[in-house]
Amino acid sequence: MADDTGRFGVGAVHLGVPNRRQFFQLGVGAAAGWSLAGSAFAQTERPTSPPDKPRGQVIAALSQEPTVFHPLMPGIEVDQGIWWQVFSPLWYIDPDGNFVPDLAREVPTLENGGLSADGLTWKIKLRSDVKWHDGTPFTAEDVKFSIELINNPGFRARSRVGHSLVKDITVVAPDEIHWRMEAPYSPYMSILASFTFIVPKHILEKVSDPNASPFHNAPVGTGPFRWGERVPGDHIQLNAHTGYHGKGPYVERVVFKYIPDLTVLYTQFRTGQVDYTGLAGILPNFVQEAKTLKGRKIFVSSTSSVEHIAPNLDFGPFTDRAVREALYLGINKQAIIDALYYGLPTQTESFVPQQAWSFQQGLPQHKYDPAKANALLDAAGWVRGSSGIREKGGVKLEFTNSTTAGSAVREQCQQLLIQDWRAIGATMRVNNMPAAVIWGDFWQQSKFNSVIVGVNFMLGSDPDVTPRFGSGAIPAKGGRGYNTYQYQNAEADRLLSQGAKQFDLAQRKATYGELQKLIRNDLAILPLFQSFIAEGIKEGLQGFRPNINMSINSWNMREWYWA
Amino acid sequence: MARYVANRLAQAIMLLVIVSAIGFAILHLAPGGPLSQFAVSGQMTQEDLDRVTRQLGLDRPLPIQYLDWFGRMLKGDWGKSYRDGEAVLSVISSHLGATLELMATATIIAVLLGCWIGILGALRRYSVFDTLATVGAMIALSIPTFWFGLVTIYVFSVKLGWLPAGNRQTIGDGSFLDLLHHLIAPAMVLALVETAMWGRFMRSSMLEVINQDYIRTARAKGMPEWRILTVHGLRNALLPMITVAGLQFPTLLGGALVAETVFTWPGMGRLFLDSIGYRDYPVVMGILMFSATMVLIGSLLADILYAVVDPRIRVG
Repeated sequence: MADDTGRFGVGAVHLGVPNRRQFFQLGVGAAAGWSLAGSAFAQTERPTSPPDKPRGQVIAALSQEPTVFHPLMPGIEVDQGIWWQVFSPLWYIDPDGNFVPDLAREVPTLENGGLSADGLTWKIKLRSDVKWHDGTPFTAEDVKFSIELINNPGFRARSRVGHSLVKDITVVAPDEIHWRMEAPYSPYMSILASFTFIVPKHILEKVSDPNASPFHNAPVGTGPFRWGERVPGDHIQLNAHTGYHGKGPYVERVVFKYIPDLTVLYTQFRTGQVDYTGLAGILPNFVQEAKTLKGRKIFVSSTSSVEHIAPNLDFGPFTDRAVREALYLGINKQAIIDALYYGLPTQTESFVPQQAWSFQQGLPQHKYDPAKANALLDAAGWVRGSSGIREKGGVKLEFTNSTTAGSAVREQCQQLLIQDWRAIGATMRVNNMPAAVIWGDFWQQSKFNSVIVGVNFMLGSDPDVTPRFGSGAIPAKGGRGYNTYQYQNAEADRLLSQGAKQFDLAQRKATYGELQKLIRNDLAILPLFQSFIAEGIKEGLQGFRPNINMSINSWNMREWYWA
Repeated sequence: MARYVANRLAQAIMLLVIVSAIGFAILHLAPGGPLSQFAVSGQMTQEDLDRVTRQLGLDRPLPIQYLDWFGRMLKGDWGKSYRDGEAVLSVISSHLGATLELMATATIIAVLLGCWIGILGALRRYSVFDTLATVGAMIALSIPTFWFGLVTIYVFSVKLGWLPAGNRQTIGDGSFLDLLHHLIAPAMVLALVETAMWGRFMRSSMLEVINQDYIRTARAKGMPEWRILTVHGLRNALLPMITVAGLQFPTLLGGALVAETVFTWPGMGRLFLDSIGYRDYPVVMGILMFSATMVLIGSLLADILYAVVDPRIRVG
């Protein structure tokens, strides 16, 4: 970040620049109507202080059921909602992009000696006042065990990205741990903050199968809430951990209630059966009505996810950049945003969220211009046939577009795209499939022509997109990442490699800025908008702070309380 | 009788084996898999996905996977859910109570109401009541359960505020009255179609019986009308209903699948839908086998009961 001195310090703790979010929080952006400012206003509207003792309960409704409670195993966003309450990371990222120490006493930087100049040696000082929910003291041994468990070949770890580089872990003292990295890898800071919760060695070292043990369904952590009960298919109850080392918790218990149907979920929020609509939030078509409900507050905030059309860059017509540009020019984005999303999301040109420190300002702005699109295709040799469909060298400008079947708004978006693109001589056919099908081999092995998808490209708050855009990350070509677009660009590879080794944030910002320009120019993706979430809470519930750096906005339930 | 039961059981076991093989093949040959949900999240690379696929044994040839699953199932190990690592039998049993509660209540409502409507309709054939009952049944059979569920929520929860908009209980309450309060709407919705079906079957069955010679004979002998109806009429009219009851399980389970989703009822129907969505193969197979077993048992019991209550029928 640019600190007060304007200097981007190596390992600087604060990662955010005075960005649009902060701009809005000052009230300047209030005219935008729906910005993240809502959260800031909510905190200042009714200034109250949290209770001395945990009081009351919060019922949070989720449209998916959390089922994975071991925080190092494969799980999705909804599972993370539980992990943030039961477990703690070494540090986390707050809504402004700051790394905030949690189990660590301080975030390692060059200045405090936590990081060596070459980025290879990490020295972490830990808190000595933390206890697991069963009363056992937390120590550096737990951190060592957690990283080793992730790298254990027999353990079904979610991901070893970054962790596999960690070597020579040394417990120097109960409250200090050192390790060496095989190679410099700056995104690891964010990986540790966003996805790496520390698990208890004293419990897990005794289990015979690290993939199945009583811990998996009754986890013990160091987080603000301890495990209560789970009624499968219905709800999970967590109770306040009064010995929590941080702020809070201020409510006695939180209940995560599973309500699969979003209309029913909203109805239960309306009738007062739930206090907070989490995860998928409120459907866009209900947002206006929800804002009129008495005793309810609605927050519409940006998420890190970018809704885009993913072209398979190895598929016939899409190999031609002119085609991609013409298709992009031919999309009436604003019409899609207004007609289908009630004007709630914002247009974007980058894979990086606009609130992030690494966001590149000044990228070429999209303009709906079918005439220019037609001219571009004419110039590129795509000639209209008798049917009105363009053709070049025997290849017709026709393709399929897929998305998750049943995703009503995306299905409507497809209809608008069909109309838009027909006007420039391109034919799009719909080929939707259930989630379990489309996101399987069809997506992973790039068997699609094009897909409408929302992706959070960030690694926590880090813009390292090597697995998304690196040429060695194409699964269909034996790569190890998820570059399903099949994007290949030597310059992008160079920038990605460079960015991952840099610890100076000014340099990193420049590197990832160049990468954003490159990907925008190549149109590796056709961005539609930066996604949003509309969430509702009951009036009187304080402490809710949307956090774009987290995958779920219930990350800080420890700070929630009833006024 | 014993030989008949033994034969039917042997057939049932064969059927179960066939059902398991077909179910396993269809489930695994369908595109997608249990790791698809992680593929788009961006937290797992292809390398991670391949590693976990190997660890779960999903990279083995399908026949090997089937034989492994089948062998373990014979020993009572139905596998573990891919979602939460719980034993499949435990997962099923934790959802079964909610579904049975809903199905039993709906069945009781449907049988009592349906039989009453059917009998009255038959006795007062072509009356206003009969006409209304017939039209009502047609409408009930035509209304999609999810639509009726949503309308019920809108009217009784959102507008009138009489009933909760779903859930099995108020968290933290769980008293009998609270449970009952939550049960009313989903049970009524699930019972709607069943009532219509029972009503139609009962009417038809009763009409057939009351036109029989022995009914006329009873009347000629001067037997009181109530006695004719209960002892001769109803008893015989109920016989075909045993078959209907025995084959109700799949219909009820299908209805529960929808009602449980609309009313956020934590039962088997929703578990099945969720498990299909996640491609949680062990749980889907577990539910398939459990449901198939229930259907076969229901059918077998209906046949045996039929033979027991109707001395004209001989089995073996």
